[in-house]
Order: sequence, then structure tokens, then C-alpha cells
Amino acid sequence: MNSQRSAWLFLAPALVVLGVFFLLPVLAALALSLTDYDLYALADIRNLRFVGLGNYWELLQRPLFWSALGHTVYFVAVGVPLSMGASLGAAMLLNSPLARCKPFFRTALFAPVVTTVVAVAVIWRYLFNTKYGMANYMLDLLGIQPVDWLGDPHWAMPTIILFAVWKNFGYNMIIFLAGLQAIPPDLYEAARIDGASSWRQFRHITLPMLKPTMLMVGILTVSGYFQLFAEPYVMTEGGPLQSTVSVLYLMYDEGFKWWNLGSASAVAFLLFLLMFAVTVLMVKLSQRGEHSDGEPT
Amino acid sequence: MSPRLMKALINGLLIGAAAVALFPLLWMLSVSFMAPGEASALPPSLLPKHSSWANYRELFVHAGMGRYLLNSLLVAGAITALSLVFNLMAGYAFAKLRFAGRERLFQALLGALVIPAQVAMLPLFLLLKYIGLINSYAGVVVPAMATVFGIFLVRQYTRSIPDELLEAARIDGAGEWRIFAQIVLPLLKPIVVTLAIFTFLAAWNDFMWPLIVLTGQEHYTLPIGLASLAREHAQDSELMMAGSVVTVLPVLLLFLAMQRYYLQGLLLGSVKG
Repeated sequence: MNSQRSAWLFLAPALVVLGVFFLLPVLAALALSLTDYDLYALADIRNLRFVGLGNYWELLQRPLFWSALGHTVYFVAVGVPLSMGASLGAAMLLNSPLARCKPFFRTALFAPVVTTVVAVAVIWRYLFNTKYGMANYMLDLLGIQPVDWLGDPHWAMPTIILFAVWKNFGYNMIIFLAGLQAIPPDLYEAARIDGASSWRQFRHITLPMLKPTMLMVGILTVSGYFQLFAEPYVMTEGGPLQSTVSVLYLMYDEGFKWWNLGSASAVAFLLFLLMFAVTVLMVKLSQRGEHSDGEPT
Repeated sequence: MSPRLMKALINGLLIGAAAVALFPLLWMLSVSFMAPGEASALPPSLLPKHSSWANYRELFVHAGMGRYLLNSLLVAGAITALSLVFNLMAGYAFAKLRFAGRERLFQALLGALVIPAQVAMLPLFLLLKYIGLINSYAGVVVPAMATVFGIFLVRQYTRSIPDELLEAARIDGAGEWRIFAQIVLPLLKPIVVTLAIFTFLAAWNDFMWPLIVLTGQEHYTLPIGLASLAREHAQDSELMMAGSVVTVLPVLLLFLAMQRYYLQGLLLGSVKG
């Protein structure tokens, strides 16, 4: 019928773009990860060889892959709970009936979210400069020894985590705020009449009611944090001593610096598999019910 | 705790949090007007002694910032315009037009959201190299012309339009394109604005793909240009802060002007990840 045809005409442009520039490349990446596609193959496709799972096997034996994975997992495991905690805290402050000037505070806390990562990373690099940065100056006022924030392999990742929390917490804050506003006020009313403390109200009303929001925010934040790239690219260039090389950073270097596109595709797929597994795990854990704090790790 | 104390505590915490959120941005603005070297003095100065536009002049005259700014406007503008058209058409079709396999196709698209974009980047680079789009604006724009998120957003919103309205127009003999352009589009105005701001901000701030595909300076967008400047001029804090202001200010102002639409889209898009 005619309406079928016009429906497909409406869909065609978007589907062609998504098919050719996303779906096709994803499938090609899978194929590419099974070959030794490198600079020689880039010059002449006849140099291409099928290597099966060879790239994956080699990656699993490379220390740099494991350390990149370790840094990324560290970033996710520390950064996501911190970031969600900050979001929830800010949302609860904004939701309090005692808070003044709410629109101003909401905008101010959200502002870092819309800024460009590269630009604000440049600012943080300056704020956390060892010699003349504001952070060390403040520490000095408190009588604390200066910290080599971005130059010490032990401090570089924590500094990047602080940066990411500052940059991102406003996003989830807005979602939590909507979640909090959707909780019926009579629940709190009843709890107050029963004499429940604010902590018990938080523990037994706020957290359970926010659980669906929590799970969704958790999944989105975890998958976002696994894609760490621009922050180390600008702030540390993966250093010092490769302590901030993330999985995507490794993929970028492997693919676009050394032109080992086969091996880089394998890195990308391993990251995808890991993200998928963690998402499934989080959904499973939350379905198990009595994981009442809802904090995915 | 007395309500008075509670009120002071809550508002005090809010003021503290807002200060932490805004301080880096305000200081960036202040340092961008300082003379070279002034920002690396101890103790750090909060305000410039003699504020001047010298850093901005340096950026635009010698560092090619004007070109980057134009490139960013061009690329983000083109992505916004084209992806709006494509996403609106597809989202409308998924919401209101009947065709075989509609639900299954839509579910498949949503399923594709779990695949991180970076997986596609390596073959996409080869594909664009093959069709000659490396180091061109089109290399950034073309792959971004449709997004699952945009289609999803439009579909959710369009479903609230009553079917009777469209049926009535069909009975009157209006063609599908006319119904879309004259009846549906005007009703979709709020979501068009929301999606436009969302897309523009995302395109403006995007880093990894432009970094890969734009190999020549003449095509750099602001984030790429700024990152490359930051590697050359690591010590010129004042100059770098001015560069950050130029990069951040346009999107920050756009957000402030259109905040309501942006936050609404954020909530709509997160109803079902």
C-alpha cells in the first residue's frame, strides 16, 4: 500500500546514515579485529592476513593492555560512586523546602556540564599546576605539603577523577532532582508522624523510591566513564609513566598513531564486551531485590 | 537541629557547591585578561592588575583561533540542521506511520545504543578515506547526520499528537509530506528547539572523532585547535585561558538562554536510557 512506501521514504535518510556510518563500521570492526590490518595493509590491501583471535590473544598478554584496563576500571569504580553521590547530595539540597534561590543554584551547579571537556581540562591543568596552581596554594595555606597533582603517577588519576566529578555531577543531579520531586510528600508526612529521623526517612523512603532512577543513572554513568579519553589526552597525555592511559587512549594510540587497526579494533571490542558485561551485571544485581542501597559498583 | 540552623546549613552548602562549580570558570575569565606571566606569580592573583585584550588579539591574529571558531560554527551548525531533518522524519515515521516490522526495527535501533561509538571509529576512518572525506568538514558532519537518541526523542514526543488530527487531514486528501510539514512540524516546535540545542552543544564539544578525522590545521574545530595549542604553549597560562573562554563561552551562553528547553530534553531522553 501507499502508506507503507511513504513510511519508508520518511525513514530512509536516517536509516541509510545509521546503517552506512554506524552499523556497517561496527560489523567491519569485528572483521577487522580478526586481521593483522596495519600500515602495510593500509598501503596495499594484499598485505592483509586473517589471524583469527590472534589480536585478542596478543592483547591479553600485553602488560600495557592490562594496565590501561586497570586505570579505566579504577576511574569507573571510584569516579562513578563519587559522581553519583555528589549528584544525589546536590539534588537533595536543591529539593529541600528550606533552600533559597533554587533556579540560580541549579544553573550554577549545572554549568560545568555544558562546557567543553578540552577547555575546562586546560583550566584544571592550570589550577592543579604544582608550582603556581591554586590547589597547592590553598594546601600551603593549610600548612600541607604541595602535591605534584598531574606529575606523580599516584596522584594523576585521582586528579582526573576529581575533574570528572566536577564536570559531570550536574547532569545526574537534574535527573535525581526530578526523581525526588516525584516521591509523594505524604510518605514523608506519615514517617514524620511516626517519629522517623531524617536519616531513617532517607534510608527507607528516599533511597527505595529512587531505585529505578538510580539504576538508570548508574548504567548511563558507568558506560560514560568507561569511555575515558579526552581528559587524559589533554591533562596528562597518558602520563606520567603511562599511569593515565585508558583503554580508549590505548585504542587511539594503537589505531591512529601506530596504525595497527586490527589490534586497535580488538581493543575496542574488548572494551565493548566489558561494558556490556558490567551493564548486565548491574541489572541482575538490582533485580536480586535486597541490594537496598542501590549503589552499583 | 533547629529549623533556622538547618536552613543556614543547607543554603551554606549550596553556596559552597556553587562556588566550587563556578570558581574555575570565573578564574578562567579573569586570567584570560592578565599580562603574560602574571598568572604564574605566587600567591596567585585573582584579578588582573591591568586587564587587556592582548591574549585574545594574540589568539586571533597569530594562533588561528578565528579560523577554528568559524570551523566550529560551520560544523556544529551543519550537523544540527541536517540531523534535525533526518531525525524528525524518522522519529515521526516510528511514531505515526504504519509499516511492517515497525516495533521490531525500533527496538533494534534502541539496542544499538549499547554499542559505544568508538567501536565504529576505526572502520569508519577507512571508509571515509576510501570515499575521500578525511580532513574535510563532511568527514565530521556526515556520520553525525542521524542519531538513535534524536529519533527516540522525536518519537516519544510525537506520540502525544492525536491520530484523529492526521486521519482528518488524510480524509481531506492531504499527502503524507504535506501532513508532516503543515500539521505535525508546527506541533513539534518545543522538541525541535530542545533537540537543536542538544545536538549543537554535543557537536560543538565533541572531541575524539574530529581529532581523528581532521588531520589538517585549516579544518580544526575549537576543541582540537585548543588541545593542539595546549601542547605547544603549555606554560602560557594566560593565553590558554583566553582560548578556553573562546571555546566555552558560546555554548555556555546558548545554554543560559535556552536552559528550559535543554533541561527538559535531558529529562525526556533519560526516561528510558
